Amino acid sequence: MSRAETADSSGAAESAASGRAAAARAPSPLWTLGLLRNELSTTLRRWRTIALLGVLAAVPVLVGVAVKIETSDGSSTAGGGGEGPAFIAQITNNGLFLVFTALAATLPFFLPMAVGVVAGDAIAGEANAGTLRYLLVAPAGRTRLLVTKYATTLAFCVIATLVVATSALIVGALLFPLGELTTISGTRISFGEGLGRALLIALIVAASLIGIAALGLFVSTLTNSGIAAMATTVGLLITVQILDQIPQLHAIQPYFFSHYWLSFADLMRDPVYWDDLIRNLELQALYAAVFGAAAWARFTAKDITA
Amino acid sequence: MAPYESDDSTIEDEADDMRAGRRKAARYVVPVAVVGVAAATIGLVPAFAGSGDPDLPKVSAQQLIEKIAASDVQQLSGTVKISTDLGLPNLGGLESSLGGVAGGGDSSGSSADPSSKLLELASGTHTLRVAADGEDKQKLSLLDKAAEYSVIRNGDEVWAYDSASNEAYHAQDGSSGSAGSAGKGTKDRSQDVPATPKELAEEALKAADDTTSVTVDGTAQVAGRDAYKLLIKPKQSGSTVGAISIAVDAKTGLPLKFTLTPTSGGSAVIDAGFTQVKFAKPAASTFDFSPPKGAKVTEGDEPASEGRADKERHARPGNDNGNVKGNGEGLGKESDGPDVMGEGWSAIAQFDTGGEGLPSEGSGGGDAGRFLDSLGDQVSGKFGSGTVFSTRLVNALITDDGKVYAGAVTKDALVKAANAAN
Repeated sequence: MSRAETADSSGAAESAASGRAAAARAPSPLWTLGLLRNELSTTLRRWRTIALLGVLAAVPVLVGVAVKIETSDGSSTAGGGGEGPAFIAQITNNGLFLVFTALAATLPFFLPMAVGVVAGDAIAGEANAGTLRYLLVAPAGRTRLLVTKYATTLAFCVIATLVVATSALIVGALLFPLGELTTISGTRISFGEGLGRALLIALIVAASLIGIAALGLFVSTLTNSGIAAMATTVGLLITVQILDQIPQLHAIQPYFFSHYWLSFADLMRDPVYWDDLIRNLELQALYAAVFGAAAWARFTAKDITA
Repeated sequence: MAPYESDDSTIEDEADDMRAGRRKAARYVVPVAVVGVAAATIGLVPAFAGSGDPDLPKVSAQQLIEKIAASDVQQLSGTVKISTDLGLPNLGGLESSLGGVAGGGDSSGSSADPSSKLLELASGTHTLRVAADGEDKQKLSLLDKAAEYSVIRNGDEVWAYDSASNEAYHAQDGSSGSAGSAGKGTKDRSQDVPATPKELAEEALKAADDTTSVTVDGTAQVAGRDAYKLLIKPKQSGSTVGAISIAVDAKTGLPLKFTLTPTSGGSAVIDAGFTQVKFAKPAASTFDFSPPKGAKVTEGDEPASEGRADKERHARPGNDNGNVKGNGEGLGKESDGPDVMGEGWSAIAQFDTGGEGLPSEGSGGGDAGRFLDSLGDQVSGKFGSGTVFSTRLVNALITDDGKVYAGAVTKDALVKAANAAN
């Protein structure tokens, strides 16, 4: 924690310094990018973030090795009968499917948890470390700081998803054959097109996390304790996932941010079935708008005491 | 947030604080407004979208039926949504295991066997995709969560592929008798599923005689196409079938939507319709299938299993829209053929199982009897006593002396029929 705090304060000092420099000139639009770059490097250099990314990268390794051991005696299907995460039955025949399986395995919990930690920490972590007011001394403005924090969280969503996908692709290529693949509709596509779809799926998965990132940011503006904000965000995530399983609540389930997460698998149909994918993106945009606005209302009106 | 920090506010500041507080509160109008706009969009857009019934020239019921009969759509692709609500008790996992036992219970045990997927459609909402190119190329896919089950017919090859378990089922069509029946099984499946509303429409129209009223009931938009609505209603009382509505594409005559509403009101028992449809030639690759590496392939060479699938099909209550006889056959495989009482919609099949009837609590059946009692209602009359098992469409009365009365009729009609028979 002390390391992170040091990183925080050094980051804050840097931005305070560059803030002074900028105050001398008129603040240029590029200054926001400088703030963003600064935020990004601060976030990504934290040990906590690196550990989270490490855990995410380990999931595909675990799945790949488990499937390899399971099928080493020659049995062809790992998840006979369709048990386990989506696509797991096809991994042995095509390593590219490990990308889809790894994303399906991490999307319900590991990825949003990592995003929840980063988003929950965004404002409350600074307040907790006593660096928030220094950040605001720089002529960045509260709205701009909030937008930068959200952009950093979104960038982390993309990075985290790509880490899972890349790790899965490497493990899949090492352990299993690659080649033409069969879509879940039974048609064939070339390996190149398969890679393209894998990238598209990774981006859709990253976009699926927009909602929880906005929710986490809002929670983060409510408290001055970084830990409380992270715990609340992850707790909300788990609660919503459980509620999404209760059949009696089917009337409100389509409005849960996690409801359409697994729709990314629809990209593997041929032709692609867009209905749920579009619904997912609309829902994420709605969450971003509502909780982003709420976070703005709270943060711009808040007393900053730390 | 140390307590001493809040001590420096004076009374003068409080007025300022109030104003500042109001300004702060005003900011929360933004997220609330976003929620409001979203709620209004979600609530109002379907209402506006549904209000525009298309203006089409008037046709008579006869002309519309002819249009359906003359319809010759060879090439299409589309998405079909099927909701089935038979009012069966929710059996959860039991249902799927029943499906496995009933369909895949033979030696092959492949989850890609078409018959093992039949029961899945008996309840809930399912999305299907259909594609057809002429007589000998068809594809039907059942969209699952992150998986898909496809039946593909390309010439005389019939493939079924289950992507969740990576298993395939293969049959040669039209060569030998057994393979032919396998092919038929697949075709039956596509008929069985109200995915081809055409078959359902024909079935329903067959029953149209003096017991039935067939009218054209305005127009509607289905899957973005203008359609006429054909309304079929039983004239007799006592049927559980309230109305059958079929939306027929005004241009091609293809039935686009099939809705069966029960007399008891509430949601439709069967609601099957296109949500998207295109009449262009589907890509040729749609019908190409070769099993992926490592997929378990089951050859469909067992006519027995297909026979079973057919029986299952008849036993499924959702399928007999007036076809009560089929239901009777399914239930009474082991006994004499059923006698049909009444005609048209309120026909009741009666047959004698020759057994003791079902154990019930009264007849000393113990726990099993109590369990069965909990599923049905006890009734009594001139015929003695018995148990009525009801769904929203088909009701069956099983008397304690082993007689079975079943039909798409109300409970009262069943009891009356049983009384009349004694």
